[in-house]
Amino acid sequence: MKKINWKKIIAGALTVAGAVALLAGSSYVKPTTASAASNSSSVSAIKKRGTLRVAVFGDLPPYGWVNKDGKRVGYDVELARQMAKDLGVKPKFIQVNANNRVDTLNSNKADIVLANFTVTPERKKVVDFAKPYMKVSVGVVSPKKKAITKVSQLKGKKVIVTKGTTAENYFTSKQPGVQLLKFDSKTQQFNALKNNRAAALADDNSYLYAWVKKNPKYTVGIKSIGPKQYISPAVKKGNKSLLDWSNKEITKLTKKGFFTQDYNSQLKPYFGSEVKPGDIVLDK
Amino acid sequence: MAHSGISVLFEGTNFTRLMGGLWTSVWIAVVSLVIGLLIGTIFGLLRTMRSRIIRFILLLYLEFFRIVPTVVLLFLVYYILPRQFDINLPATWMAVLAFSLWVAAEFSDIVRGALESVPQHQRESGLALGLNQWQLFRYVLLSQAIQLELPATINLATRVIKTTSLLLMISVMDVINVGQQIIEANNQTHPTGIFWVYGLIFILYFIVDYPLSLWSKHLTAKAERK
Repeated sequence: MKKINWKKIIAGALTVAGAVALLAGSSYVKPTTASAASNSSSVSAIKKRGTLRVAVFGDLPPYGWVNKDGKRVGYDVELARQMAKDLGVKPKFIQVNANNRVDTLNSNKADIVLANFTVTPERKKVVDFAKPYMKVSVGVVSPKKKAITKVSQLKGKKVIVTKGTTAENYFTSKQPGVQLLKFDSKTQQFNALKNNRAAALADDNSYLYAWVKKNPKYTVGIKSIGPKQYISPAVKKGNKSLLDWSNKEITKLTKKGFFTQDYNSQLKPYFGSEVKPGDIVLDK
Repeated sequence: MAHSGISVLFEGTNFTRLMGGLWTSVWIAVVSLVIGLLIGTIFGLLRTMRSRIIRFILLLYLEFFRIVPTVVLLFLVYYILPRQFDINLPATWMAVLAFSLWVAAEFSDIVRGALESVPQHQRESGLALGLNQWQLFRYVLLSQAIQLELPATINLATRVIKTTSLLLMISVMDVINVGQQIIEANNQTHPTGIFWVYGLIFILYFIVDYPLSLWSKHLTAKAERK
């Protein structure tokens, strides 16, 4: 009996060691850059294949989602369709969530990510970002009666934020004179504002635009504070062919006014008339 | 509130899409089970053989798939295989691959246990009748082992069906993934939609899994009566 037990223990240990080695090995041994020779996502490879594989969100209205007829729609999705059209190929959508956007590129599941991908220094190390097609920044929403329109009005007052957001980060580091009231979820933070727990609430401005549309007693008094953040298409690190093409494409589409059109059809119904396309779309 | 949110299930093609998602889940589970049970039977048989090396290798295989969480297996086949070995199949087939290997591992242990619990005298009687190894396996061991392993196998099948809920992690459009799309798309107009969508998914999984569970219970009870 004892003999068998030992065998099992050794076998178990070996298995675990093997599994760990496999996992560790596979993530570090091979660099995951697209080499020119075997780039399955180069412009010529995409044209040959006849499909552009685009990673998009499936559950983030109004950027990438599925409507009640089962059709993929949204600001990012419209851009994806346009890019495929200009390449002369059909779009094929790969649904991703926020966590697997990078891996989807690295494992060659998609050629390009158009999933509300904010450009950050950390992400720049693992993927290549093309030119931005959208900008977001922190906004501040407050009751219309006591509208906050300047940051200086917030000195010594309470501001609601959600933990882990750019808004929390910005106020903690750049506006130490403002008291923060922190919550875990979007639902909680908006409820707190409705219950007058603070003078204002700060979050990504695009969320706020959508929210004030449903809550007309409030207004996004400060549309943008802090550093602007940009949303860009991302390709696999080293995929120069598609990166160059995407840069040209974004420039071309910006000039043509495509993004304003895209804004009007996809985002405007969510954001209402208080927001102008210029708050989201980049200038020509 | 004017409506209770249940209407979210029947708007547009929502219900058809959920059913399509369920079909994807069931389809992957069934194909994986068929492949996994075949491989598992062979592995289980091999594990009753004398060769220590074969037994050891298969034991390693079993322990690997038993220890590693299924979601990690899915990530391994979906992200690591294409990256390291350039094997790039659609997500559904990747899922079938991971599930089949997992089922094979679990089932090989069930088969081994069943084969070993066939009484020794049965084996000896078979040999005394002049049956060769294959005949012995086919007519004496397998037919008795199947009865012994059936409840555990059905149990494994229900687990596989339940585990398909992890498929959304690798972008398979299974019933949960479609459910989330519907919830998010209707969040503005149907704030309580989440309750109805997940409620329906719960019922769907129950409808698929419960008969299997009943069958397994019935078989166990029958075996005990003997």
